[in-house]
Amino acid sequence: MRDVAIVSFASAPNRRTDLRNEVEILMPVVQEAVARSGIARPFDFTCSGSSDFLQGTPFAFVIALDAAGAWPPIAESHVEMDGAWALYEAWVKIQAGQAETALVYAFGKSSPGDLPEVLATQLDPYLVAPLWPDSVSLAALQARAWLEKTGNSERDLAAIAVRSRRDAKANPNATLSGDFEIAKLLAEPYVAAPLRAHDCSPSCDGAVAVVLAAGDRARGVCKRPAWIRGIDHRIEPHALGMRDLTVSSSTRIAGEKAGVGNGAVDLAELHAPFTHQEAILREALGLGAGVAVNPSGGALTANPMMAAGLARIGEAASRIWDGSARRAIAHATSGPCLQQNLVCVLEGE
Amino acid sequence: MSEIVSEEGGILTAPHVLEYPYRRSVGPVLGRFFTELRAGRIVGLRTQQGRVLAPPQEYDPETGAATGSDFVEIGPGGVVTTWSWVVRPRAKQPLDRPFAWALVKLDGADTAMLHAVDAGDLSRMRTGMRVRPRWRAERVGHIHDIECFEPEPQATADNGLGGERQRAGELAMAEEAQKPVTNIKTPMRLEYRYSAGIATSRFLHGIAQGKILGQRCPSCSKVYVPPRGSCPRCAVATEEEVELSDKGTITTYAIVRVPSESIDVPLPFASVHVLLDGADLPMFSVVQECPLDQIRMGMRVQAVWVPREQLGPTLQSIRYFKPIDEPDVPAEKLQETV
Amino acid sequence: MARLCAVAGIGQTQYSARRDDVSIAGLLREAATRALEDAGMDWPDIEAVVVGKAPDMFEGVMMPELYLADALGCSGKPMLRVHTAGSVGGSTAIVAASLVQAGIHERVLTVSFEKQSESNAMWALTVKTPLQASVVAGAGGYFAPLVRAYMNRSGAPDDTGIRVALKDRRNALKNPYAHLRDPNMSFDTIASSPMLWDPIRLHEACPSSDGACALVLTSERSVRKTKYAPAWIHATSMRSEPTQFAGQEKVNPQSGRDCAKDVYKKAGISDPRKQIDMAEIYVPFSWFEPMWMENLGFAPVGEGWKMTYEGATALDGDMPVNCSGGVLSSNPIGASGMIRFAEAAMQVRGQAGEHQVDGARIALGHAYGGGSQFFSMWIVGSAKP
Ligand SMILES: [Zn+2]
Repeated sequence: MRDVAIVSFASAPNRRTDLRNEVEILMPVVQEAVARSGIARPFDFTCSGSSDFLQGTPFAFVIALDAAGAWPPIAESHVEMDGAWALYEAWVKIQAGQAETALVYAFGKSSPGDLPEVLATQLDPYLVAPLWPDSVSLAALQARAWLEKTGNSERDLAAIAVRSRRDAKANPNATLSGDFEIAKLLAEPYVAAPLRAHDCSPSCDGAVAVVLAAGDRARGVCKRPAWIRGIDHRIEPHALGMRDLTVSSSTRIAGEKAGVGNGAVDLAELHAPFTHQEAILREALGLGAGVAVNPSGGALTANPMMAAGLARIGEAASRIWDGSARRAIAHATSGPCLQQNLVCVLEGE
Repeated sequence: MSEIVSEEGGILTAPHVLEYPYRRSVGPVLGRFFTELRAGRIVGLRTQQGRVLAPPQEYDPETGAATGSDFVEIGPGGVVTTWSWVVRPRAKQPLDRPFAWALVKLDGADTAMLHAVDAGDLSRMRTGMRVRPRWRAERVGHIHDIECFEPEPQATADNGLGGERQRAGELAMAEEAQKPVTNIKTPMRLEYRYSAGIATSRFLHGIAQGKILGQRCPSCSKVYVPPRGSCPRCAVATEEEVELSDKGTITTYAIVRVPSESIDVPLPFASVHVLLDGADLPMFSVVQECPLDQIRMGMRVQAVWVPREQLGPTLQSIRYFKPIDEPDVPAEKLQETV
Repeated sequence: MARLCAVAGIGQTQYSARRDDVSIAGLLREAATRALEDAGMDWPDIEAVVVGKAPDMFEGVMMPELYLADALGCSGKPMLRVHTAGSVGGSTAIVAASLVQAGIHERVLTVSFEKQSESNAMWALTVKTPLQASVVAGAGGYFAPLVRAYMNRSGAPDDTGIRVALKDRRNALKNPYAHLRDPNMSFDTIASSPMLWDPIRLHEACPSSDGACALVLTSERSVRKTKYAPAWIHATSMRSEPTQFAGQEKVNPQSGRDCAKDVYKKAGISDPRKQIDMAEIYVPFSWFEPMWMENLGFAPVGEGWKMTYEGATALDGDMPVNCSGGVLSSNPIGASGMIRFAEAAMQVRGQAGEHQVDGARIALGHAYGGGSQFFSMWIVGSAKP
């Protein structure tokens, strides 16, 4: 396994509605990530993540190349997945010895549509999608199953939201942040019982970019590179009725393969768009009470669809660079009720 | 045009609807399930390991094996294994009043299916409750043949059910002669509020005043029209505005004789690349007022605008380009700009 | 540093306008099962799956790999989904190969597909969005002006495109999977077919197909003894450039030239026309054969049409191109690139049946997409590199 590190990260402000187009949102983010990396273009490999359905226009990633810096022509690929999987593809290229440096970016505009409804088009097209169950209602099914199995309460979920929003005060790109009282949050109506607004990530527009470099290239540009010590991703059966929704078996396997348990974990950035999912993910990764979870505020305070998973990796890397963590876990998810999950273990030297 | 709104910073937004009538072939396994639904029965599929998957899956999620054809009738009643309560149903969802989404494990099945439960009030829902399907009267072989599930009456399981089953049975007999279900219709309609972004909005505001505004790249000085807010060649943002002539030169063209969703011009028409005077790359447009066999590369053309009072922030303000009485531009001058 | 990667199994579906007998999952499964059988493997042997397809709006399923996880035996396994427009089938194979080359997995299944009959292929390619600043009439409307520019520059005879179409449609008669198999197709039928996007005629354009293609890629030590020896990947390459910018060369795009140069260099090829025995290239409109012959360095600029004219690209020519019938005969868009890659591998495995090129040892698979801006290629050989 080659040493590969994350050496730079940049994010757009995660506004609920950003009227700029995707290239206009993305370009400054890519420029910032490239400038911070200290690596001059061209990168040996470029990979991005996005989805056409978010704003209902095909080939969004094609236009996004305008922002990437694709002249002269570049070695480039795209996944119709969260950018965390684009990072995985770039990491594979470096492992194969086909690249030493890589630019990875992701973007998504959720504001043009009704995101929970748009996400219903991800479901089984014969048996489920025709019923149009929205993503929040499906997460709520999972939340209830988890609450009833574990004996936790809606108050426990609200506590996760309060902590996340408080932590997000230090994150200038967060969609929402601040000090909230559990009692007041619990007095709010349900969005989809047992979930209230604070249990659900706010929909927003955003873009994220990350730069990867191998071995000495990374050491040359970064004082304390965030080394990828393990990265793995797994998927589960699609139908909700086939799965035990109260656990995340794919996260558990990915965590084991990535080597989460090989050392003490200082912090974890978990891509949990719903409060109960943070708890499920914590358990799947075996993270104890001493692990700081989502110091950035996490997806509950900024969840740019298609970019939020890559943002978790960037946020975790930031904590390695600034020395506040020695070993950090980053996680990304995709699909209904945590169907697909990626786990990345980062370490400082 | 009235639906176009100029928002903060002059950025234009407009409604965008993605609407397609998808027609799906379902294959033998789902076809059997839908055929049975049409007859008022629910079937599951027994795997080699003996698990009954309901609704049937074409492939066993655990092993990846094809599931075969060991169908068994299950339900129609079952147990709610988990649920959520929808406070404000969306228009496309099965019920127009507050309802529950539930995973329902039907009697005889080992897995649960997702559907709506019409319980009236959140207080009537609980995990473990029994529910039964409410059948649609006119069934076509679709998941919608089950209107929703409803709480099973508590006294006797047969209460009210007998009639339902009988009716379903009659229908089944009448329909047995019908062909199995092979296709379903799953229409999709998604509504968006599309935003044009900064550069395109500026361009369209210019069009609304009868002006064509391009942008010059600060790095390579090339002029882009329509402007995209960046020069992809240099990967830098562009801001400097340049007003361009509405005259230009055809660099290449095609005669389009098949309809396209995205263009409302009568067929056939000439689809052209027009290099406007002062621009460094062509824009795509349409030429009219010219016999199709006379259109050629190098031909000089000019925009034909809608009447001044009809100008708006849309490309429809330029109706098309028409030939003008100027000598052709020699081909070698156009090599760089196809 | 990279490990060797073998194409150990190849599977294709029957291509047709409408595969009404299967679901989307059933379609992929048909190709995947055939690829596994060809490789002498079963579902549990596969460690990871890479899926590719073009816009999700064709089938109206957002990120359909989520729903397809069960059909592809992915439970508990890694799954990736690639989308690089029309080149996606090729890019997907390359991503899958890199998982083996990097030493991460031993046996990877990769599948690409399109079930265009679920909707009308034109819709998703020309979604009418508001506030457009540009007017383009679908893929044909986009590419026809580029074809005209090529005709104008090269001075190629007007019937070059007809000759390409006739060759490919005749080759398709030798390919049992091909969508368009009309034994009566003649020069005159093609010449007299209606102009859709003048200068492109109906029979010079690709069809809209349902179909899937699958490959099993393995490391050297995981190759099993089966009827056909594996094809070995000698080199892969991808190149992209922006959609439109000032001074761009659209007829003979630099991304394509760079990609070819890169893949030849990695494969140790200095004279492609001599050293490569056959090529499966992405020709959705017949005129793109001569255009790509030049772009790929098989012919000098302006002379690609001569290869067609002289019969060099015919099955018995010195540089056979699209012996399978090509995209002109079968076009499930998301799979079309992988079919090119697969057909190239079939040739060097001696597996191509009636459309086999005698003694093919080195073959090129090529795909492109977007506005001639995304390219992916691989060189495969019967011998290890
Ligand atoms: Zn420039």
